[in-house]
Amino acid sequence: MCGIAGLIHKGKKSDVGSQMTSMLQALKHRGPDSTGYAVYGDGNGGDLVMRIKVAEAEDMGRGSGIYDELERRIASVDEVLSKHKVKVINKSKATDYALRYVMSYSGDLGVLANHLEEIEGTEILSIGNGLELIKDLGDASDVSEAYNLNAFKGTHGIGHTRMATESDVDIRSAHPYWAFPYNDVSVVHNGQLTNYWIMRRQMEQKGHRFTSNCDSELLAVYTAHNLSKGMALEDSLKQSIEEIDGVFTYLVATKDKLGMAKDTMAAKPLVLYESDEMIAMASEEVAIRAILPQEIDTYDPYDEEVRVWQA
Amino acid sequence: MASVSDESLKSMSQEERVKALGMTTEQLTGRSMFIEFDPKESENFIYPWAYDVDFNKRTDLDSDDLTSTEVNEEIRRLMSEGYGTIVLKNPRGKHSLAVGILNKLNLIVEGSTGYFGLGLIDGPNVRVKGRVGWSCGENMMSGTVIIEKNAGSTFGAAIRGGDLVCRGSVGSRTGIDMKGGTIIVGGDTGALSGFMMQRGRMIVCGNAGKNLGDSMYDGTIYVGGSVKSFGVDAVEAELTDVDKAWLKRKLTQYEMMPEKGVDHFTKVIAGKMLWNYDNLEPTEKKLIL
Repeated sequence: MCGIAGLIHKGKKSDVGSQMTSMLQALKHRGPDSTGYAVYGDGNGGDLVMRIKVAEAEDMGRGSGIYDELERRIASVDEVLSKHKVKVINKSKATDYALRYVMSYSGDLGVLANHLEEIEGTEILSIGNGLELIKDLGDASDVSEAYNLNAFKGTHGIGHTRMATESDVDIRSAHPYWAFPYNDVSVVHNGQLTNYWIMRRQMEQKGHRFTSNCDSELLAVYTAHNLSKGMALEDSLKQSIEEIDGVFTYLVATKDKLGMAKDTMAAKPLVLYESDEMIAMASEEVAIRAILPQEIDTYDPYDEEVRVWQA
Repeated sequence: MASVSDESLKSMSQEERVKALGMTTEQLTGRSMFIEFDPKESENFIYPWAYDVDFNKRTDLDSDDLTSTEVNEEIRRLMSEGYGTIVLKNPRGKHSLAVGILNKLNLIVEGSTGYFGLGLIDGPNVRVKGRVGWSCGENMMSGTVIIEKNAGSTFGAAIRGGDLVCRGSVGSRTGIDMKGGTIIVGGDTGALSGFMMQRGRMIVCGNAGKNLGDSMYDGTIYVGGSVKSFGVDAVEAELTDVDKAWLKRKLTQYEMMPEKGVDHFTKVIAGKMLWNYDNLEPTEKKLIL
């Protein structure tokens, strides 16, 4: 089933981390397997933030040897960063297997990311100037507490609660997906894409790579492909309704925008609230009510509807 | 049935082709004319276990700290104590609120409900001051439900009776599989509204999305605005004086009469070219004949 949520404040920062946690916790019943956030803050000047994991959560049950293995993998990550002349400004551990790097790098992000992911068990969750992408097993409260998300302040964010239907219960298959290798672009999706394999083949022939077998990743890769060709986010969303089959509602966030698209059947829900200060959207109204308990006007976007908002 | 060549079939219109293939040569009878309830009996019908409530006995019910199940159980307990008017406060978008009420009751919901609210009800008069989520009033059998703001998709799915009214706009697949009753929408409705509709009437004062009345068996849809496209087997019919009188009565009753009146409404019914459930299938005809 899965639940998705999005939030954007116009022209100001707010408690996006805690607000997204409240919204996603209210959607727990739609997907208890994993929870993910893509939240956007000020960034660190011109520096990049990289979120990376060096193992799956389930690997931690493999005994004490896994900790030695993790140290080796983290050392390998540092070695690759050094080899590419990346200046690491700050390095911190969110969990035993998830790290956050603040770094300065002016080279090709795609080359760097590919090199890093050659390390066993390693996957880059995101690289961006404003984006912080966090996903892990458990509900929103668990993930928020583990990664200290309640303290995060920013302009906008998207999130996802996942009920695994077509791929494994692991972090790799959890949402949001980073639109590799384009910094600050992320996607969450609710639905099923029925021409996934055809489209995946097309994307791979164009040189893009996939890290999972989850159909939702296609939307991230597809968006990344279009943006790399200079297409506007709104045009990419509109084109996706023509080119991608299935039932879907998905949200895309960039450094300063948040967009939504709904398929031609309008088979997957989305409830929308708009005001002059903020826009909130979620699979169910109960998520919006979690942060806006007062009486408000909401509505369901129609089939083939595409919207983009500016932070 | 006389044999028809492929060439001549290709040159025919869809309607001519269907008739030439012997699919609509018989008068529709049987189930399509079946009346399920005696109107007098249904008007006065009361479940033997229904509570004897007094509409002047009124109370508030705060749902803030209650689960949906607890709210529904509390409504039953209050009805068993004779309360005939209940004001439900702080619903906060909770799902499945006020379902399965088989009783006379005035229910006022001060806020918005989530999915599957007011489903399977038979008798209550309900006013929701906020918005409702997907599948509001599903399988409703009688009574009146008035939504003051917008509604989600599958509004009034499989409704069998009563009046289900939304003053705002509704999502997609409104009245899907509806089997009776009346759905009234003050604003717009989304795609596939009236999909597989079998009986009853739907009024949309605004615009209708694509595939309106797709695969409908019977029933009538009235649209005041534009129709993006008709669904398979949905056809436009003449708006008669009887239709206009009924529209005026219903829309006046709920204070939703458009400024332009009702003369501009489009009437949509089933073409009955797709479904011939009262006839034998062509293959079955061959076996018998």
